[in-house]
Amino acid sequence: MKSFYRLLLSLLAVSLVANTVFAEDLTGTLKKVKETGTLTMGIRESSYPLSYLDDKQQPIGYHIDVCNKIVAAVKDQLKMPGLKIQQQPVTSQNRIPLVSNGTVDLECGSTTNNEARQKQVSFAVTTFVTNVRMAVKKASGITSLDQLNGKPVATTSGTTSVQLMRSHEKGKHINFKEVYGKDHADAFLLLETDRAVAFVMDDNLLAGLIATSKKPSDYALVGEVLNVEPIAVMVRKDDAQFKKLADDTIKGMMKSGELNRLYAKWFMSPIPPKNVNMNFPMSEKLKDLIKNPSDAPAEAYNQKK
Amino acid sequence: MNYHWNWGIYLEQIKGGEETYLSWLITGLGWTVSVSLCSWIIALLLGFLIGTLRTAPTRWVARLCTAYVELFRNIPLLVQMFLWFFVVPEFLPRGLSMWVKQDMPAKEFFTATVCLGLFTSARIAEQVRAGIQSLPGGQRHAGLAMGFTLPQTYRYVLLPMAFRIILPPLTSEFMNVFKNSSVAFAIGVLELTFQARQMQEDSEQGIETYLAVTLLYFICAYITHRGMTWIEKRMRVPGYIAAAK
Repeated sequence: MKSFYRLLLSLLAVSLVANTVFAEDLTGTLKKVKETGTLTMGIRESSYPLSYLDDKQQPIGYHIDVCNKIVAAVKDQLKMPGLKIQQQPVTSQNRIPLVSNGTVDLECGSTTNNEARQKQVSFAVTTFVTNVRMAVKKASGITSLDQLNGKPVATTSGTTSVQLMRSHEKGKHINFKEVYGKDHADAFLLLETDRAVAFVMDDNLLAGLIATSKKPSDYALVGEVLNVEPIAVMVRKDDAQFKKLADDTIKGMMKSGELNRLYAKWFMSPIPPKNVNMNFPMSEKLKDLIKNPSDAPAEAYNQKK
Repeated sequence: MNYHWNWGIYLEQIKGGEETYLSWLITGLGWTVSVSLCSWIIALLLGFLIGTLRTAPTRWVARLCTAYVELFRNIPLLVQMFLWFFVVPEFLPRGLSMWVKQDMPAKEFFTATVCLGLFTSARIAEQVRAGIQSLPGGQRHAGLAMGFTLPQTYRYVLLPMAFRIILPPLTSEFMNVFKNSSVAFAIGVLELTFQARQMQEDSEQGIETYLAVTLLYFICAYITHRGMTWIEKRMRVPGYIAAAK
């Protein structure tokens, strides 16, 4: 028996020196990262201020900072300080395929956590909450959904805002004439050039578009909240080990107040490249989620009455 | 690869609606076919006119038509879509401009059709010109010597032969119209590519979505190809131009 303990002790010693031993226990993403020595982060090019490129084409933003913390935790756990980090730009069309096929290990963008997506991927605990609302020109005097009858309303193709308007109680008897932009900038152009009287989208994106527009004082965010959407960092499905590492890191940041500081840095103070302040105070929902972290999908926040 | 397959997705109901994803794709296909066929008609009419005029003996007319072809051939299709949709209405008088922007019915469809029609007409014009110029010069002289006027020479001698020569490249062009119509999604026409993006975002079944869309585009182009081959066979005059098989 004594020799057995000695064996165990020496094994422990060996494992501390040559940490390859615990590669045995690793699964999924962590195992892959350990074996390849690289971790690929998925980044967005213009999801202000969550994940975007600065004037030197480097990815920055609120979620990039969160992900850097997760990466640091990975380096720590794997004892690989020299871990190579690759950055792969993704779009809303390819982000989910790229995560599920293994190209991207950790997506740090602006992805809504919902039930359809949970069939393909997993999400870390929610780090941002967006409300779907509308941006209008102040001069139009529009303040509510029911003033949109027969008027052209802009949204971005490939998003589901129009279905949300239709399914909203106030929108049921209204005849919307929807017009589509191919991306958020184009859809905002529709509003700017009077092709649409309102632009329905996530409120943080609208705030960003307004803040960087030619005359921010011309526009206002108004109307009912059509949908509440939890936004989170995305990881591969069925990878409990990696998800736990990401979750624990974020929960730690929530507890220590670091996440609040990051929020203030990206949403409440001037940010590069134009030094514009988004001026977007934290919602009550997110304050709740920082106290009680959750990875529930959007459907949990929008129970149909 | 860690992908959740769902081949039943096409028949599933869309969240918050009564339609199925398949009905989205079918509507998209309808718009794709409408945009393509309408712009093909514009393209054929204008293409034949411009292409013919480029071979006309009047210098300034030929030059004007060359300028037209160069203009529409040298600008990317996507940029042309944006020019017609976003830029042109800004130059109209205020009242008309607002009408075009807000109240004009089916303005995306109209803009996309005109834009794609003009773009394709420049390409057809080039083929028509090449077809006419590939005929020996003697044909024109013979026609005129028979006492035909110049328009009659074109109508009864040159164009019928040129048309038969350019039928194969015209077939490709017809198929291209279907494929190019996908650019119309950028200005908000609810065509097939648009519906595909919408469906993939809504259902997160990207592979199934794009496979179905690929198949639908393929079928459109294939039917076009078969149809044009049939016309080619019907129009063939043995011994008329190149040796018939």
